[in-house]
Amino acid sequence: MKTSFKLNGKPVQVETAPDATLLWTLRDALQMTGAKYGCGASLCGACTVHLDGMPVRACMTPISMVAGRSVTTIEGLAGEELHPLQQAWIDEQAPQCGYCQPGQIMQAVALLRDNPRPSREQIIAYMNGVLCRCGAYLRIIKAIERVSQSR
Amino acid sequence: MKNQKDNTQAQISRRQFLATAGTITFAVATGVFTARLFEEEGGVAPSDGSPITAWVRLDKSGRITVFNPAAEMGQGSMTALAAIIAEEMDADWADVHIEFSPIEPDIYGLQWGGKLGGPMITVGSRTVRGYYRGLRHAGAQARYVLLYNAAEKWGVPQPELTTEPSAVIHPASGRRMSYGEIAAFAKAPADIPDIPEAQWKKPEQFRLIGHSLPRFDIPAKVDGSAMYSIDIQVPGMVYAAISRSPVNGAKPELLNERDVRETEGLIDIVRLDHGIGLLAETFEQALKARKNLQIRWSEGAKAQSYDSQEAFERYREMAHDEKAKGDVAASEGDAARALQSAVKIYDLEYRNDFAYHAQMEPLNAVVSVAPDGKSAEAWVGSQAPDTARRAIAETLGIDFSQVKLHPCYLGGGFGRRSMADYVEEAAILSNHIRRPVKLVWTREDDVQYGAFRPIFFHRLRAGFDKEGKLTAWNHIIAGTGGGLLDSGARPQYYTLPNLHIEVRAVDEGVRTKHWRAVAHGPNKFAIEAFIDEIAAGQGADPLEFRRWLMKGHPRELRVLEEAARMANWGSPEREGRARGLAFIERSGAYAAGVAEISLDRDSGQIRVHRVWAALDAGVVVQPDNAIAQMEGGIVMGISSVLLESITFRNGKVQQSNFHDYPILRMADAPESIDISLIPSQEPPAGIGEASLPLMGGAIANAFLKLTGKPLRHMPFTPERVLAALEG
Repeated sequence: MKTSFKLNGKPVQVETAPDATLLWTLRDALQMTGAKYGCGASLCGACTVHLDGMPVRACMTPISMVAGRSVTTIEGLAGEELHPLQQAWIDEQAPQCGYCQPGQIMQAVALLRDNPRPSREQIIAYMNGVLCRCGAYLRIIKAIERVSQSR
Repeated sequence: MKNQKDNTQAQISRRQFLATAGTITFAVATGVFTARLFEEEGGVAPSDGSPITAWVRLDKSGRITVFNPAAEMGQGSMTALAAIIAEEMDADWADVHIEFSPIEPDIYGLQWGGKLGGPMITVGSRTVRGYYRGLRHAGAQARYVLLYNAAEKWGVPQPELTTEPSAVIHPASGRRMSYGEIAAFAKAPADIPDIPEAQWKKPEQFRLIGHSLPRFDIPAKVDGSAMYSIDIQVPGMVYAAISRSPVNGAKPELLNERDVRETEGLIDIVRLDHGIGLLAETFEQALKARKNLQIRWSEGAKAQSYDSQEAFERYREMAHDEKAKGDVAASEGDAARALQSAVKIYDLEYRNDFAYHAQMEPLNAVVSVAPDGKSAEAWVGSQAPDTARRAIAETLGIDFSQVKLHPCYLGGGFGRRSMADYVEEAAILSNHIRRPVKLVWTREDDVQYGAFRPIFFHRLRAGFDKEGKLTAWNHIIAGTGGGLLDSGARPQYYTLPNLHIEVRAVDEGVRTKHWRAVAHGPNKFAIEAFIDEIAAGQGADPLEFRRWLMKGHPRELRVLEEAARMANWGSPEREGRARGLAFIERSGAYAAGVAEISLDRDSGQIRVHRVWAALDAGVVVQPDNAIAQMEGGIVMGISSVLLESITFRNGKVQQSNFHDYPILRMADAPESIDISLIPSQEPPAGIGEASLPLMGGAIANAFLKLTGKPLRHMPFTPERVLAALEG
């Protein structure tokens, strides 16, 4: 099955099985490996990408749902400069193993777009679906607050 | 990506290494993603000297590449090790670039028996403490080579020269030459002497050691470019999934091969000893084929009758059996006799369930066996890359030198990636098809074919004489997992006369493995919870009681006092909350922690609000990273203490993914974690595991204070908490 959509602003067309998921299509067919496989069941959030600006778990998103729409991955976040959240992640030295961080950052970008000045409780409620086994949660919160409070 | 032939040519033998290493440009390099003979434009041409440091490459541009021999799984040692070398070679940190070293344990192995060249393993919080001296020396030797070359060039005696960051200086004439300028003409001296420690930098001269540097790996981890092995793609690569035995040791018989072969995209089916492998054009096709497998598993594996809940009763009997003889971990004085003559005895039991590593990147590996089967290349995230390389060689029946292993970032390790089972599987599959194979474990595979922190049963006894003095300490540990049960069983920072510590292990046929801090999590929980129960029984404050036990241990006591100070120990508790204290030693580091909790008495849910911890880990090379490790260990510790439980029934693991093996989420992380690093000039100790084992004791002790009830079985699930409240 051929599917056309926009990936990080550029049109792409990809040939997959009809029941392929967005995650493995991105990773294997399109070699866009920033979104990670963690659980395959929307339990960990490591695969979070944006579909028309909304955060979705790519591991449970059928490729058929993506046709004609726009997907943004961690690779498409930075322009000339890093996205302010990416920079904040560096400033706070947030990642440890780093594997969950593309999902964390994509989730946080969506949060701040909807709610530029979230309370700590709102940050936690919005971010709670993305697991971090290294336990970097407090630095992730600090990184988000660093951006929201600078606005 | 190079083709197979070129890759074969890029094999590194020790002989080749030595032949090419006699230059400032170390002639063989490997990146995360590429493997090639290194002849970088601008690098120094190889010369005829004898071998010099293999740790540093210097370009004419002034770029200094430092080789990192350790796995980078988020613990940050990649940056710390480079800082150690850069410090002694007096490199400007802005010039330093880091690459993974080749997997050559003879050269890049840990310090083992006093010198480098042991195994390449990233386990047991060994990296910084195991490389610290060796890499300071390597850095001092690199600096020597630069001084030697500048002295030759200027025709001045070498002792007249000194360095400043990335430059050699001749103070007498005011001349200055950058390291990059030296790289343009440098030759290796015939012999690089050992540089005595007296000539290394003094701590007050450190610019990098003890100063927090941004971690080298973080930028790639925020823009999606960091390469984990699961991200590797090789031309011609196929994907693989394996259906593994649900009971460890059971053998598969495939009943519907013909049907499964019909699956679209399926390339081949491979019989393994412990499962059925499926090779397909895409990973999702391999999974689809796997779903259709009908396998009959052999009966009679050792693990088949294993039930982890029932097992506790057997371990309890083992621990209480007065005639049983286990492995004595420590015995001093006469604990049995002292217990007999004690006027007061505390005799308590503690338990913990199996725990799963739950590293966020499920196990996976890419292995490419050459068409002739005589060499192989692999991309692996491993805590033991030389073991992984050897496993591939042995699987294929070829020499170690014929396997090229590219280390990748690890999406978490925690001990699971010190095994090579997943690498060996990928090697078998690639050897079968003689094409590159990416084997990916699903999360379900990773849970169900896990290798777990074992189940423990503890019987702890302490005896007191009529003066109220502690006279006996007896700790019997029973469980499965052999050598995984005894670490941390002896609290050597407490003065315990007449002590006896013994492990009684039984092999149940289930898979067990080192898990962050190994037995320290279970043992320190049991010991620290026991201490507070004793203190309560003796009418002593937990801090006061530990102070008394720590007489004669000033270094440890200082850590305890610091944590108590941070937590303002002794001040009134906040409404509905209580604080608990714990102390541990792990990998040479001393840590004390205080956890403040509250409890929902209806649901049995414990919440950890604040944590304070003090650490004495000797010289801390990267303080902010040490704090990050402490924070992460505390969060993972709380997770394991409150939530994590693997259970077996009929030999089968009953959990499969994060819905039934939950790990701590952001909402349940503490509101604050404060860490204090105690300044020290003692040798570096391990940090990565120094906070996790605090949490069992600290939380149980806070609960005891809050409710007057003990928690004696980890994890402290709501059901167990409610049962404890009833009890």
